[in-house]
Amino acid sequence: MSLLQITDLHAAVDEVEILKGISLTVNPGEVHAIMGPNGSGKSTLAQVLAGHPSYEVTGGSVTLDGEDLLEMEAEERAWAGVFLAFQYPVEIPGVTNAYFLRQAYNEIRKARGLDEIDPIDFIDLLEEKLKVVEWGPEIMERAVNFGFSGGEKKRNEILQMAVLEPKLAILDETDSGLDIDALRIVANGVNRLRRPDSATIVVTHYQRLLNFIVPDYVHVLAGGRIIRSGGKELALELEEKGYEWLTGPEAAVAS
Amino acid sequence: MSVTAAPALPFGAALAAARPGEPSWLAALRAAARERFVAVGLPTTRDEEWRFTPVAPLGKLEIGLPAAPGTLRPEALAPHDFDPAWPRIVVVDGRFEQALSRLPDSAAGIRVLPLSRAIAEGVPEVEKHLAKTVAPEATPFSALNAAAFTDGLLVVVPKGADPGQPIQFLHVATDASADALLAPRLLVVVGEGARATITESYLSLTTQRHVTTTVAELVVGRNATVEHIRVQRETDAAWHVGFTAVDQARDSHYRSFALSMGAHLARHNLHAHLSDENIETLLYGLSLTRGEQVSDTHSAIHHDHPNCNSWEVYKGVLDDRSRVVFNGKVLVDPIAQKTDAKQTNRNLLLSEDARVDTKPQLEIFADDVRCTHGATIGKLNEQQRYYLQSRGIAGAQAEQLLVWAFAAEVMTEILQPTVRKALEADVHARLGEMTG
Ligand SMILES: Nc1ncnc2c1ncn2[C@@H]1O[C@H](COP(=O)(O)OP(=O)(O)OP(=O)(O)O)[C@@H](O)[C@H]1O
Ligand SMILES: [Mg+2]
Repeated sequence: MSLLQITDLHAAVDEVEILKGISLTVNPGEVHAIMGPNGSGKSTLAQVLAGHPSYEVTGGSVTLDGEDLLEMEAEERAWAGVFLAFQYPVEIPGVTNAYFLRQAYNEIRKARGLDEIDPIDFIDLLEEKLKVVEWGPEIMERAVNFGFSGGEKKRNEILQMAVLEPKLAILDETDSGLDIDALRIVANGVNRLRRPDSATIVVTHYQRLLNFIVPDYVHVLAGGRIIRSGGKELALELEEKGYEWLTGPEAAVAS
Repeated sequence: MSVTAAPALPFGAALAAARPGEPSWLAALRAAARERFVAVGLPTTRDEEWRFTPVAPLGKLEIGLPAAPGTLRPEALAPHDFDPAWPRIVVVDGRFEQALSRLPDSAAGIRVLPLSRAIAEGVPEVEKHLAKTVAPEATPFSALNAAAFTDGLLVVVPKGADPGQPIQFLHVATDASADALLAPRLLVVVGEGARATITESYLSLTTQRHVTTTVAELVVGRNATVEHIRVQRETDAAWHVGFTAVDQARDSHYRSFALSMGAHLARHNLHAHLSDENIETLLYGLSLTRGEQVSDTHSAIHHDHPNCNSWEVYKGVLDDRSRVVFNGKVLVDPIAQKTDAKQTNRNLLLSEDARVDTKPQLEIFADDVRCTHGATIGKLNEQQRYYLQSRGIAGAQAEQLLVWAFAAEVMTEILQPTVRKALEADVHARLGEMTG
C-alpha cells in the first residue's frame, strides 16, 4: 500500500484557489522532489499536508497509510507521523529547545499509547540526535529558534525531525540560505534518517540539494498543478532550461 | 462589612490607635502624616493617578488595626520560606513574631531587625532615613502608612559589608486581620560598596478581606549592589497598596523584581531616583490576574544626573474579567545627558473580557539620550500555536507552554537562583490553573 496518496487535491486560502487538482502517490522508502516557480503552491501543498488551519481543502482526498489525513488536526497528523520542516521556522522565546523537544517527543509517545520517556534517557537520545546535525549540546538550552540565524533555524528543523522520527517528512526549502557545509550536514542528516518504511518529500529550487538527497521522482508544480513528473534527470533538465520550457508560450505551443 | 453608614474618617479607627513610648520625632512624623491623610482623603478615579484603580470604596468600610495578631502553625510558612537557613523577619497581622523569625547575629555591623525594635533601640539610621525616600505626602496611602505603620523591617548593611545570604521579610495576614488595616514598613540602608539581596513577601493565611498598605524605602550607597524581590500573593479578597522607592548613589546597581498575583485590587508604586552618575536601575515585574482582580503598577524613574541606565520590563498575564494597569513614567532632567532608558510593557490576554490600560509617560528634557518604550497587548501567537501543533503539542498543553514561555522570559531576570526557582514553580502552578 502507498504511504501517502493525494488525489485531485484542491485547496484555497482566503477564498483564492491555490491548489487546483494535485495527485501524487508516495510509497514507503521513496524520496520525491517538488520543484516549481515562486508562488506555484509548493508551500501551500506542504502546509495543507501538515494541517495548517488557514488553508481550506475544497476538493480531493489525502490518505496516510490508508487513513484520511484531511480529517485530522495538525497535532493528530504529527502523532500519525507527518513532519513538516518549515520554510520559515517559528521563534518561541522563553522555551528551551530541550524542553520543547521533550514535550513534543512525549506527546507523540502518549498519542501512541506509550509512557513518557525518562528525562535521563531523553538526554541520551538527544546526544545521539545532535550528532545527526553535528551540533554540540549548548543549542538545547537556547530558546526555540530565538535569535537563530536563518541556517541555524533550518538545521534545528532537521534536529527536530531526527528526534521525532516521522513516517512522512516534508522539507520545505530546507536548503535555502544554507552555506555549503550546512547543506552537506542537513542533507547527510536527512539521508541518515531514511528508513525503508518512511518517505521524504523535498521542496527545493536547487539541483545542488538533489546531488546529496537523490530523489526517486521529481515533480514540477506550476499554477497549482503538477505539470510534469519524471526521474532525477528532470531536475537536471530544469536546471539547464528553467521553468519557461514547461510553463512558457513555447510549452503551450508544443502541447 | 457590618456597618452601613460611612465612617467620618476613612481608617479613622486605625489612625486613632495609641502608640505609647515612641520617640518624639516619630510622634511628630505620624501626626503630620495623619493630618495630611485627613486633608487629602482617599483618591477617586477622577484623580489621574488613580483613574483605573478604584480605591474610594475603602472609605465606606469601618477599618481598624487587628485587635491582636492571629496565631498560625509555623509549618504554614514553610512553602513561603525560600531557604530555612536564611534570616527571616516575620510580621503577622502587622506585628513582629519573634517565634517565627530568624534574626541573624549582627556580625560586621550588619543589622537586621523588626522596625519596632530598631525604633525602640534608637538605631540612628531609622531617624535619619525613615520617610525620606517615600515622603508621607507622596500619595494618600504613603501618608496613611506613615501615620499608622505598626512594624516592619530594618536592614542596615554598612560600608563594604555583605550579609552573604538573602534577607527575607514575610508579612502574613490571618483571620485576625479581617476588615483591618495592615501597615508594614521596610527601611533598607546599604552602605558604600556593600551588597544585599532582600525578599519582601505578602501573603494571606485567610480568605477574609484586609487592607494592606506598605512602604519600602531603599537607600543604596555608592557602588553598592542590591537585588530586591517583592512578592504579593494576598487573598483575592484583600486590597493591597504598596509603595517602593529607591534612592541610588553614584555607581550603584539596583535590580528589582515584583511579582503580583494576589489581592482583589493591588497597586504598586515603584519609584527610582538616580541621584548621581553611572547608576544602573533594572526593574522587572510580572502580574498574574484572574477573576475580577486588578493589578496596577505605577513606576517612576527619575534621571537627574548624566550617564545612567534604567531598564524596565513589566509583563502581565490576564484571565477572566481581570485588569492590569501600567503607567511608566521616565523623567530625564536637562542635565541628565547620555541617559539610556528603555521601558517595555507586554501583556497577554487569555480572555476576551480582560483589559489592560497601559501608558508610557516619558518626560525627556535632555537631548543626548536614548530613551525608548514599547507596550503590547495581545493574545497567544497563532503561528507559535500552529508550530507547536505541528510537533504534536496541542490544546491546553500548547497554551500552557506558550503562556509559560511568555512569563518565563521575564522571570529569568531574577538573579538569586533559589528565589528564582521557587517563584518559577509558583508562577508555573498558577498559570496551570489559569490555562487548565
Ligand atoms: N492569504 C492569501 N491570499 C491570497 N493568496 C495567497 C495567500 N497566501 C498565499 N497566497 C498565494 O498562494 C500562492 C502560492 O504560495 P506558496 O507559498 O504556496 O508558493 P511557493 O510555491 O511555496 O513559492 P516559493 O517558491 O516562493 O516559496 C502565491 O501566489 C501566494 O501569493
Ligand atoms: Mg514556498
